[in-house]
Amino acid sequence: MSGYEIIVYLLLILIFIMGFKVVTTSNVIHAAISLVLTLASTAGLFLMLSAEFVALVIILVYIGAVIVLFLFGIMITRAPLGQNAELDNTNKIFPALISFGIFSLMSVVLLTSFNGDVYVSDSSSIETLGLILLSRFVLPFEIVSFVLLAALIGGIVLARKDDSLISDDSI
Amino acid sequence: MNIAPILITGAALFSLGIYGILVRRNAVMVLLAIELMLNSVNINFILFDAYLKDTLLQGQIFSIFIITIAAAEVGIGLAIVLMVFRNRQTANLNDFDLLKW
Repeated sequence: MSGYEIIVYLLLILIFIMGFKVVTTSNVIHAAISLVLTLASTAGLFLMLSAEFVALVIILVYIGAVIVLFLFGIMITRAPLGQNAELDNTNKIFPALISFGIFSLMSVVLLTSFNGDVYVSDSSSIETLGLILLSRFVLPFEIVSFVLLAALIGGIVLARKDDSLISDDSI
Repeated sequence: MNIAPILITGAALFSLGIYGILVRRNAVMVLLAIELMLNSVNINFILFDAYLKDTLLQGQIFSIFIITIAAAEVGIGLAIVLMVFRNRQTANLNDFDLLKW
């Protein structure tokens, strides 16, 4: 087993353990921190698969921005901090069965359909990525920027305090 | 390196996200589980990009778009959760039964 494979296996184990902790821990803050570690190991995996730009985007966008947003959401909605049994539904057997069924189905389909080795290039792909993103994929790129603008405006409109809509006796 | 372990990890992360969506009561925790599922999709896209030796790098471009859409989704989702919390003083999904007759 080469050093490359050892690193990839370590990252995969870390991704799985931390992802498991996100959905099972009874502490809200621990779930957010575990998501940070999951995403960080995913970025490491992308580096190993020669997708450097996506790894950096994951670190910047997810770990930098989205997690902060989540922590704000946890604080603002006054989610019960610390150990808390009220966080989960009482019935956990059916969700576990459903997710295990989907896991088995996906594993069987993927493993019978695809087999082979990962191709890792020894040069950087960032230059090609930029050229392709601004030539062949320029229309989706602009549409995505418009979607981001719409999300920005929608978030502001939704979260703004509007006194005319909320009165004490509403709902 | 064989692609099988990475494929299995992607599938496992996706089903963990489904388990989290079904089992969590807090709306913010459900959004966290959705992030896990989007992350597993990204892993699969990047893996197949490296497996197929794509000269157009379409897997990487698609995962960049997915990351962008996920960021927008989190912003809107948390704004909606905040709005509901302001009106009902709870983020517990079992209490969001206004449309239930």
